[in-house]
Amino acid sequence: MNTTSTDTEPTPDDKVETGSQHSSPAHSKDLVQDDPRRWPWLEVSVGKLATGLFFGIVFGFLLQKGGVAKLDILVGVLLLENFVVVKVMLSAIIVGMVGSYLLRRKGIVQLQINETNYGANIFGGLIFGVGFGLLAYCPGTNAAAIGQGNLDALVGVVGLILGSYFYALSSKFIGGVFSRWGKRGKLTLPELIGVSQGMFIAFAAPVLAAVLVFLELAGY
Amino acid sequence: MKIQACLVASILLWPVAPAQAASKLPSPYPYPEPAWTPYLVGALIGLLVLSTLALAGKKIGASSAYSDAAGMLGRLIAPKHIASLPYYRNSKPMIGWTFTIVLGVILGSFLAAWTGGELTGTFLQDLWVARFGTDSAGLRTFVAIVGGALMAFGARMAGGCTSGHGISGTLQLAVSSWIAVICFFIGGIAAAILMYRV
Repeated sequence: MNTTSTDTEPTPDDKVETGSQHSSPAHSKDLVQDDPRRWPWLEVSVGKLATGLFFGIVFGFLLQKGGVAKLDILVGVLLLENFVVVKVMLSAIIVGMVGSYLLRRKGIVQLQINETNYGANIFGGLIFGVGFGLLAYCPGTNAAAIGQGNLDALVGVVGLILGSYFYALSSKFIGGVFSRWGKRGKLTLPELIGVSQGMFIAFAAPVLAAVLVFLELAGY
Repeated sequence: MKIQACLVASILLWPVAPAQAASKLPSPYPYPEPAWTPYLVGALIGLLVLSTLALAGKKIGASSAYSDAAGMLGRLIAPKHIASLPYYRNSKPMIGWTFTIVLGVILGSFLAAWTGGELTGTFLQDLWVARFGTDSAGLRTFVAIVGGALMAFGARMAGGCTSGHGISGTLQLAVSSWIAVICFFIGGIAAAILMYRV
């Protein structure tokens, strides 16, 4: 938002203080930023949006076939009585963990992760969790629940839209109070512990697989 | 601070109060079986995330679709107000990658349920009815709105949801995602046990 950072050298005739001069490139750029009527509606190309739609269809198909669009199964995991959700998530993590490591080594994919902020991750995560317990669908499975005809998920959308708006509104007043605590940048678990990625995955993948075997043996 | 904590607690626990009239959930509860084995579904979702990372250079997420939807509705109703919010100035509400993913999920899930004969069309789901009865549509509406709102708020604060953090982030071993997903479950387990088992 700071126009001075994009400005090159201030010329003597640049009347910044008067605020009447809006002809410089930096100012007109800021005008587009400030005028919501000039904001575009499409963030990326139509082709990329179509790709997203395609991957979404596959994702939704799999979520429904995996039973995780069902309220009973989602509540079941939170009551620690049904572990279909854990089986789906851990299987995805094991495959994706090994796969993304190999693809990264070959230079095919780049790391796409969010920055670590202990405060925001913990408090946001807990708030999310309580909401998840109440609605019983998470944002992705809420969409899948709509697709399979669970009408209560439509009310979930109303809540999700309201909550998103409240967060945006709060950004005006508390502008990331929590995100100032424990800012660690784009950190991964192997970096945190201080081992190589290969070593970490060689240990973590069998451990996660063992959790799945344990669940089966325990009769879940 | 104490008053705020009490207020939050009373709002969160309000849905539990009418549960006195609710019946006890059978234990063990007869959970439905998924159409496909969860291991296969999980492995395919893992491959799906690898595909989006490799082919589109993007993760699979969901929650930001709702904040974009909220912002786009806001752009139609009160554009000046939306432009005044720092969050929307930094991430402009537009139809983007995650938005189309979520639209796709609705469609894909419909196809899966349709082909598998699992279309429901019900407002109250079985486990909910077993706990709160058939005349609890008002309670479900209230709980779903409060739950959805808390979830979206938390997702924006934590930087993602069960898709973005829980699957895409954890499999790339992001510390933020592992912390977030553990907290998702801590909060979720606490709320669900209070709602259904206490």
